[in-house]
Amino acid sequence: MKAKIIITPKKAVLDPQGKTVQTALAQMGYTGVADVHIGKYIEIDLVPGTDKAAAQQAINEAAHRLLSNPVIEDYKLEIE
Amino acid sequence: MAGTGRGRPAGARAAGTINAKPMNFAVLQFPASNCDQDAVHAVRLLGHSARLVWHKDASLGDTDVVIVPGGFSYGDYLRCGAIARFSPVMQAVKQFAEHGGLVLGVCNGFQVLTEAGLLPGALIRNRDLQFHCEFVHLQTETTDSPFTNQIPAGKILRLPIAHGEGCYFADDATLAQLAANHQILWRYCDAGGSPTEAANPNGALENIAGICNERRNVAGLMPHPERACEPLLGSDDGKWIFASIFSALKARPQAQLA
Repeated sequence: MKAKIIITPKKAVLDPQGKTVQTALAQMGYTGVADVHIGKYIEIDLVPGTDKAAAQQAINEAAHRLLSNPVIEDYKLEIE
Repeated sequence: MAGTGRGRPAGARAAGTINAKPMNFAVLQFPASNCDQDAVHAVRLLGHSARLVWHKDASLGDTDVVIVPGGFSYGDYLRCGAIARFSPVMQAVKQFAEHGGLVLGVCNGFQVLTEAGLLPGALIRNRDLQFHCEFVHLQTETTDSPFTNQIPAGKILRLPIAHGEGCYFADDATLAQLAANHQILWRYCDAGGSPTEAANPNGALENIAGICNERRNVAGLMPHPERACEPLLGSDDGKWIFASIFSALKARPQAQLA
């Protein structure tokens, strides 16, 4: 079982990397790009037999305390 | 390495201090701290006592002030300061701050203090994605703090910066609170003292270079006062910030701080 956490900058936070990549894409001729946001992807391997609901709760807590900074980032957690 | 100069010799007093008992500065040392020795040097140069405290130490010992120095603690992994905040020494720093002890975070130290929740907001990537290593000018917004009380009115400080993630961010409610409580200590400005967009090296909201907490005993700033305490280094304006700390300590009872 794996936990997958996708962390993205909050909409209100300046994302200069996203803006720079957006400009590069436009210069390369890729049209139709409205916005680019650059974040992080974290994958956590869980030991076999882990209870999914308990893992969900624990990783949510860890994502809030360490994996993301709630002041500047949002995250999405999936366990599969 | 547990740090040089640990354990202040009894009665140690640097040349030049006349009547003041030397104050004890604890300078934290994380893996990849790189301004720790500069901070120790600056404090000793100014006539006080400084020692390094290793990140695994759970106690600060006999300490009047904590400096969380600059650098790249824990390789800046995950986010700047994100790992350092969980180190044993930071639990001691939290307690020290809760008891009213003075804590100053410089550069990476500022990042560590925001990650630890000791200061509001966050520091993100510079707006131009460049690492900035240069002198900046700072306007002091209030002298009502232990970190600014000796800075002369109207004095523009010239201090060096060296960071890639110094863009101060906080949501609107936090910014309003910072302003209402006079927690913004320094803003980037031009040589004439105007906080212009061009004088802002990293895109920090409202040109914010440094802030303090509501209780005013914890402060952080991106510029490096410890690297600017002698004219040989291009500026000695950093000493105004240290002089403020010395003055604040002299004015308060110290017994209960440890």
